[in-house]
Amino acid sequence: MTCDEAKILLHALLDNELDAGHAREVEAHIATCPACAAELAAQREMRHALAGAKLRYTAPASLRARIEASLPQARPQPSRRSVLRGFAMGSAVSALAASGVVAVVLRQDDQQRILSEVVSAHLRSLQAGHLIDVVSTDQHSVKPWFNGKLDVAPPVIDLTAQGFTLVGGRLDYVDARAIGAVVYKRRQHIINLFVSQTASTEHRPPKTQTMQGFNCRRWGERGLNFWAVSDIGGDELTEFVDKFEAAMKANVEG
Amino acid sequence: MPVSDDFQKAQRFREAALPYLDDVYTLARYLLRDASDAEDAVQECYLRALKHFDSYRGPAMKPWLFAILRNVCNAEYARRAHSHAAIEDTPGAVDETPMWQENEASPEAEVLRNRDAGAIRKMIDALAEPFKETFVLREINNLSYREIAEAVGAPVGTVMSRLARARAMLRAAWMAEEEHSK
Repeated sequence: MTCDEAKILLHALLDNELDAGHAREVEAHIATCPACAAELAAQREMRHALAGAKLRYTAPASLRARIEASLPQARPQPSRRSVLRGFAMGSAVSALAASGVVAVVLRQDDQQRILSEVVSAHLRSLQAGHLIDVVSTDQHSVKPWFNGKLDVAPPVIDLTAQGFTLVGGRLDYVDARAIGAVVYKRRQHIINLFVSQTASTEHRPPKTQTMQGFNCRRWGERGLNFWAVSDIGGDELTEFVDKFEAAMKANVEG
Repeated sequence: MPVSDDFQKAQRFREAALPYLDDVYTLARYLLRDASDAEDAVQECYLRALKHFDSYRGPAMKPWLFAILRNVCNAEYARRAHSHAAIEDTPGAVDETPMWQENEASPEAEVLRNRDAGAIRKMIDALAEPFKETFVLREINNLSYREIAEAVGAPVGTVMSRLARARAMLRAAWMAEEEHSK
């Protein structure tokens, strides 16, 4: 093997891309050639330095939102949501609206889809580096962080004393809209509490559903929709929601 | 029902492609060296990917997205009508630049470790195409040689020589800056 060949192949050796035979050839050359050995050492050091530096970029949240928002519009057919909007406005589809069954079926389906998006958002948040935008165990610094980022002010309540540690907050995207996520920890388990605005101000009691092995408990209160998602057991998630609701009630009354 | 098919397609696309948003954005930033151009390119890339998602049969999502992004960026290059003199991408060119000849081993390890990410990004930015692209795909986006070959549409051998060249140029830049700052 010549030095010229070795100087290209040593990179493949570094990158673990050589089969055993070729790797042996390169190693044999390097054992007898100080210049190539030095080059291999230098390149190995450069790789270490590169691996330690933060060279990746993170896509801005606004870009993620733009792409999410462009997905439904890319559909040639009217979306379910625009059909529903049609019902709400009593427009051209009034004939269909007359059959309440269709509306109910679509609405349920819509909720199922949103549930699946909420679970996907939870999954995404567990991937490295996506969990938290603002890191704080202090509700008074997490809450103001959401100001100006959302059309709602998510209630941020510290439940550390009740066994659920507040770890931070994050902006997420569900149903092509920005949504607040308040992040809690129970032992090593993450709980994402998603909060979005809703037109309905009536109280909807909590209900637990399971999807892809995650428990999701959703409820509605004071014009807000809540989804608590986690891999903790159903009873523990219920406990979390009960304590959250109690604390929220106490906050409002106190 | 077509509505449901379409919706399911968008949903499948979301799950398959959006987890790589940071990877795609990173490559766009290095290729275009401009944050807002990179955002536009990434958005265009995802629109095109969704459009062709029906015909996507693998192999892996990441190199497929990168290949689309490259096309978008190439159009952007054409728009900018870059007048940069391209460095010849021939095996012969490697021999003419003996930048790896110096033998002394290791004070440079310290230098490398002390470089902050900003300085390293600048040096990578300064690499000429197509070496920069190959380098970023390997070192930052963690693609295998075969995946890089797929993404850039070149044989694996070409990928290997470009990568060797890119690393040699980067190291030369590194050492030159170190000389300069002494």
